[in-house]
Amino acid sequence: MTTQLSIPTRWARFRDSYLLYSFKRTWSAQLCLAIFLCLVLAAFMAPWLAPTNPYDLSQIDILDSELPPFWIEGAVERYTLGTDAQGRDLLSIILYGTRVSLVIGFGAVILQAILGVTFGLLAGYLGGRVDAILMRLADIQLSFSTLMVAIVVGAVVKATLGSSFYSQYAVLMLILIIGLAEWPQYARTVRASVLAEKSKEYVDAARVMGLGSRRIMFRHVLPNTLSPVFVISTVQIANAIISEAALSFLGLGMPETHPSLGSLIKSGFDYIQSGSWWITLIPGAVLVVLVLVINLLGDWLRDVMNPRLYKG
Amino acid sequence: MSLLEVSDLDVRFALRQGEVRALRNVSFSLDRGERLGIVGESGAGKSVAAFTLLNLIARPGFIAGGSIRFDGQELTGLSDRTLRKVRGNRISMIFQDPMMTLNPVLSIGEQMIECLRAHRRISRREARTIALHKLRQVQIPSPETRLDQYPHELSGGMRQRIIIAIALLLDPDIIIADEPTTALDVTIQAEIMALLLELCEKHNVGLILITHDLGVVSQVTQRMLVMYAGRVIEQGPTREIINDPQHPYTQGLMNALPQMATPGERLNQIPGSMPSLSNLPIGCAFHPRCGFANDANGQPRRACREVVPEFVNSGNCRVACHMVAAMLEEEQRLAKEQTS
Repeated sequence: MTTQLSIPTRWARFRDSYLLYSFKRTWSAQLCLAIFLCLVLAAFMAPWLAPTNPYDLSQIDILDSELPPFWIEGAVERYTLGTDAQGRDLLSIILYGTRVSLVIGFGAVILQAILGVTFGLLAGYLGGRVDAILMRLADIQLSFSTLMVAIVVGAVVKATLGSSFYSQYAVLMLILIIGLAEWPQYARTVRASVLAEKSKEYVDAARVMGLGSRRIMFRHVLPNTLSPVFVISTVQIANAIISEAALSFLGLGMPETHPSLGSLIKSGFDYIQSGSWWITLIPGAVLVVLVLVINLLGDWLRDVMNPRLYKG
Repeated sequence: MSLLEVSDLDVRFALRQGEVRALRNVSFSLDRGERLGIVGESGAGKSVAAFTLLNLIARPGFIAGGSIRFDGQELTGLSDRTLRKVRGNRISMIFQDPMMTLNPVLSIGEQMIECLRAHRRISRREARTIALHKLRQVQIPSPETRLDQYPHELSGGMRQRIIIAIALLLDPDIIIADEPTTALDVTIQAEIMALLLELCEKHNVGLILITHDLGVVSQVTQRMLVMYAGRVIEQGPTREIINDPQHPYTQGLMNALPQMATPGERLNQIPGSMPSLSNLPIGCAFHPRCGFANDANGQPRRACREVVPEFVNSGNCRVACHMVAAMLEEEQRLAKEQTS
């Protein structure tokens, strides 16, 4: 073999991967990714895209409240999707609200993943007592529902530090609460695949090379357990966004002044009987679409990355 | 003094149904540059012996007694941190299945560089140069390209070459090869074995070759151990054991080689199978399968069934067998009678 072999670059590897191949042939995945990217872009470009700044009180006029969206009689042209009960432009506030929801969703999942992957890796690789302690912790954590943790933490923080402190750091608090409540999902998944990887010979070989446990865990075992982590991440992001919406709907989440999609739905809920259904239903539809496309993407990713479904 | 000296090694596994003794009183030594073969059926304790040398037996296994002295240093009871300096660096190991031994998500270069940098304070660039040099030594075509390839892009023989290159990376004193060619194609087996032998001779590296292939052992090694049920039953210079096996088990193994069978007939085999380590027969562990456990009149020999045989010296070999011991005694008695 004298011919010079070409070294595939990272890009070439991606270009030839099954992931991309499958993506090109799955129109639902393409559509979902497109919608998801549109929503994310729109949300993060909110300060430039939105016609008004809903956080700026000087731009709000209470006399503009409860104006309907453009296709209904009585609409004002300035407010394409109408206004909410406080006279804020619904389109602007949905854009800003989606941004808040996404930040909380991703933040919470990153926290979950860091905690869950670390604990799962330690439990699976070290085994024995460490495993028993960490996994019982996970069981205990799972036996409290996210809502209960949020209610308790929220109540304690509000009582000790005041509700203005709480609303100031609401995003961080929600990330912490949802992140802490759901890490066992990751820990269990990672532990299960670490147990499978640990018995493979390359781990023995790494030990024979004289590498330390930490190095073997994070550099050799971890990359081999990442595909299930990616798959559950999509589901977890959708879950985190829904959890946040549920908490906000119960009044435990984002304050009305900085609403997320959940708190928008809640704020409109009081007016749904009086005919202003759009305040609730339009943010609700955005939330449903956002969660749906993430879940569909997750389903597609699971099909691609699960070797057992791979050929079938 | 030898480079590696193992004496009375005793390894047990603490299982729920009680302790199982995987290795009993295993003793051997290895000089610098010497090649030693360890032979036996599956389950005889060959691989456990290899892992024990690097103190890598996983729970529930543990070293219950004996000593492993390497270059004047006692390896049993050392902390993991100290042992890591020996592992890979001075004693390295080659595993059976090259498909499984390389990490699938790291490139060949990454794995080699990592191993080098775990033991030496050198830059990535220097490590890459050394890795490239070693890949040339194992005669891999276009080594520069291989460094950036992933294990799944290479064939089995190529991977085993890379594993040998990794084993040689830090210029170790001893390489332990645990059935290095079993998983390979027959045509490649000979190539890989020849390469391993050549490199060991060239760099004066000691080799502990674990295998059940007596042909390979006879070609490659200078001395050999035969193991049965966790015990060494015969050891000595390879040539003497191969030419004139003393222990009935070794004789059985030799007899079971395909070339020993009459063409057209069934292959010879040792009747029965290896006893479970948790339920060893009393006396010599081999007696239920041994043709000499009964005497010429078909009467069971008591010693074989009741007493664990001690080692006796027969020529340059050491054999643990009552029958051999009895024959030697008989010879000595005859020799004495003749002189008197």
